[in-house]
Amino acid sequence: MTAPALSRQLSAVSFELSSDWPGNFWLHWIIFSVILIVFVLVMVLAFVYIERRGAGRIQARIGPNRVGPFGVLQPIADAVKVMLKEDIVPFTADKIVHFLAPIVSFAPLVMIFAVVPFGNGVLLVDLNTGILYVVAIASLTSVGVLMAGWGSSNKYSLLGAMRDVASVVSYEIPMVLSVLGVVMMAGSLSLAQIVQSQNIPFIFFQPLGSLVFFIAGCAEINRSPFDLLEADSELTAGFHTEYSGMKFALFYLVEYGEALALSAVISTLFLSGWRGPILPPWLWLVGKIVVIFFVMVWTRMTLPRARIDQLMAVAWKFLFPLAILNFLITGVEVLAWPNGLPWPLIFVNFAIAGLLILAFSRRYKVGWGRVEVRELR
Amino acid sequence: MTLKTEPFVLNIGPVHPSTHGVFRMRATLDGEVIIDLEPVFGYLHRGIEKLAEERTFTGFIPLTDRLDYMASMSNNLGYVLAVEKLAGIKVPERAEYMRVILAEFQRIASHLVAVGAFFNDCGAFFTPFIYMFREREKIYDLFEMLSGQRVLYNYMRVGGFNQDMPDEFLPAARTLVNQIRHRLDEYDTLLLENEIAIARSKGVGILPKELAISVGASGPVLRASGVKWDLRKADPYSIYDRFEFDVPTGTAGDCYDRWRVRVAEMRQSVRILDQALKQVPGGPVKTYVPQFFHPPVGEAYAHIEAPKGELGFYLVSDGSIAPYRCHIRAPSFINLTALKEMVVGWKMQDLIIIFGSIDITMGEVDR
Repeated sequence: MTAPALSRQLSAVSFELSSDWPGNFWLHWIIFSVILIVFVLVMVLAFVYIERRGAGRIQARIGPNRVGPFGVLQPIADAVKVMLKEDIVPFTADKIVHFLAPIVSFAPLVMIFAVVPFGNGVLLVDLNTGILYVVAIASLTSVGVLMAGWGSSNKYSLLGAMRDVASVVSYEIPMVLSVLGVVMMAGSLSLAQIVQSQNIPFIFFQPLGSLVFFIAGCAEINRSPFDLLEADSELTAGFHTEYSGMKFALFYLVEYGEALALSAVISTLFLSGWRGPILPPWLWLVGKIVVIFFVMVWTRMTLPRARIDQLMAVAWKFLFPLAILNFLITGVEVLAWPNGLPWPLIFVNFAIAGLLILAFSRRYKVGWGRVEVRELR
Repeated sequence: MTLKTEPFVLNIGPVHPSTHGVFRMRATLDGEVIIDLEPVFGYLHRGIEKLAEERTFTGFIPLTDRLDYMASMSNNLGYVLAVEKLAGIKVPERAEYMRVILAEFQRIASHLVAVGAFFNDCGAFFTPFIYMFREREKIYDLFEMLSGQRVLYNYMRVGGFNQDMPDEFLPAARTLVNQIRHRLDEYDTLLLENEIAIARSKGVGILPKELAISVGASGPVLRASGVKWDLRKADPYSIYDRFEFDVPTGTAGDCYDRWRVRVAEMRQSVRILDQALKQVPGGPVKTYVPQFFHPPVGEAYAHIEAPKGELGFYLVSDGSIAPYRCHIRAPSFINLTALKEMVVGWKMQDLIIIFGSIDITMGEVDR
């Protein structure tokens, strides 16, 4: 490789445009993969810090403030601690499944970032089926969760894992349907193209779609109020009850990594991704990711946990019809204005979203869920 | 081919985040639905009733703290009332007022923990819990001012109190009462219209009125089922007949009502405290009772409206310095007896919040 080629690569790595990007395929692949993994790890550490400090603020306490200035090194201290712990495998566990589970759930997480653009053309691979790839890969994580639940040979773990699979299967549908609105407006499945077409962020044209996507995404990555698979007050720690040491650290990483991936996808789909004035593109993306993540922390600290049948009901009776209606409305709008939607439509869309949410929320009944039980012999 | 499913048994506890101590439930689940439940008691049994026979009447007071350690003052009060009834001891006016003030503060502290822990069981990730602990800590600060201890006070004595309250106590108590009143409104803005909290608790774990009465439930659990029964009104002890307050009741007897009744009771406690703190008279706080005294031969039962329900002490005296027999009617234990009827048919997640909404302390259940 020539020196100019390397310098081109490095300049691309520092998130500036180069003319013949992506240049050398393999160099690009290696450097960008390393960058992505480092990005995920660093952002997860940052998220742990943000979550713990944010929780502290919301809960009228201080939060971690001992390690480093303002406690910023706390996640590193946590990571070191958890890595030094003994790795315990239950005697009755299915050893291979138990060992593979954290890896199986961690790998797809990093793969999501392959298609997330960090700048104009700055991404590992510009798949023309980008969003389809994201949705497909994201649900692979729950295979690892099911493996963990099954392999631990612990009833709590198994209950948690079964809940996770049930919720992921249900929430996949409103999630995909809500993305369709964005896809129709952008006219492409590629995330880079979707960002390019957002002169006005799509959240303004798709208030309903973005809300459905956010809720379904939170359920899919099991953030509160849908954190049924961990459910610390019911299942002690859910699917990772029997994990310790580095394997537990990987699950911890997956938990926050999923939140990071969801925030990144939401910023890309609805908040115009890396686009923004003055600041460099990657900083805009990170800023939007942090804002979305803060909303997740906020809901987690405020809302109790839903019940498993209520979780299903929200998916099928509330999000699913809303996503379909959003799909229809967006379709009509795109047909009527093929060259981009006019901005006054923003107000119309917000009004429609408000009305629909109001109408559907009134259909929500409380006090149901009891099952008649036959007497046991 | 037809697939067959079979129920499986899940041991919840004795060590589990939501059993509020060491309690074990042997639940039979069909998927997530509970089809059978067998509570297993006794992991915290310390034989407190037997220990009473080995101690003097005064020497048993510290052990009553260890019954319901979320409401130690109320336990003290129930026990000393029983001894005073047994020995026929009158208590000075100032001590009576102090007892009411302490009992009501203790009720607020206990209910705050109950409501906070209930939301923790719902999965609200400690936010309501920590908010409510903030006020509970202030109440404990007050109690520390009096007794020097924060949880197990050992403050009340037969015939009144060991020592008078310090001068700073009354102003501090008045400030705190105003603060609590304000905070209760604040918590309602967080919790009252919380859609998920309502969906989780309304209509869940219904304890019908008839069942509640027939199992002998008491306290907020009974009142949430719509029975207006409060010992402070029904059989006024101490000087409760001098204060104006209402007895809040629920209608449905579900988890929502049990939680709302507790919040309403805290408001009524604030009302009682307002009146009591204004009227506290001066004077002595103790009728002289020797450390080793011989109550007449006989028996006495005194009961109070403790935060968790009717707390009764039954004492038998054979004329010696120690009770011949002591029995404690523990409200947590008796409220728990209807647990199976309440949870069968609900989901595993509901079991946790139904159990949490009964509000038990294992120290009292197992004694």
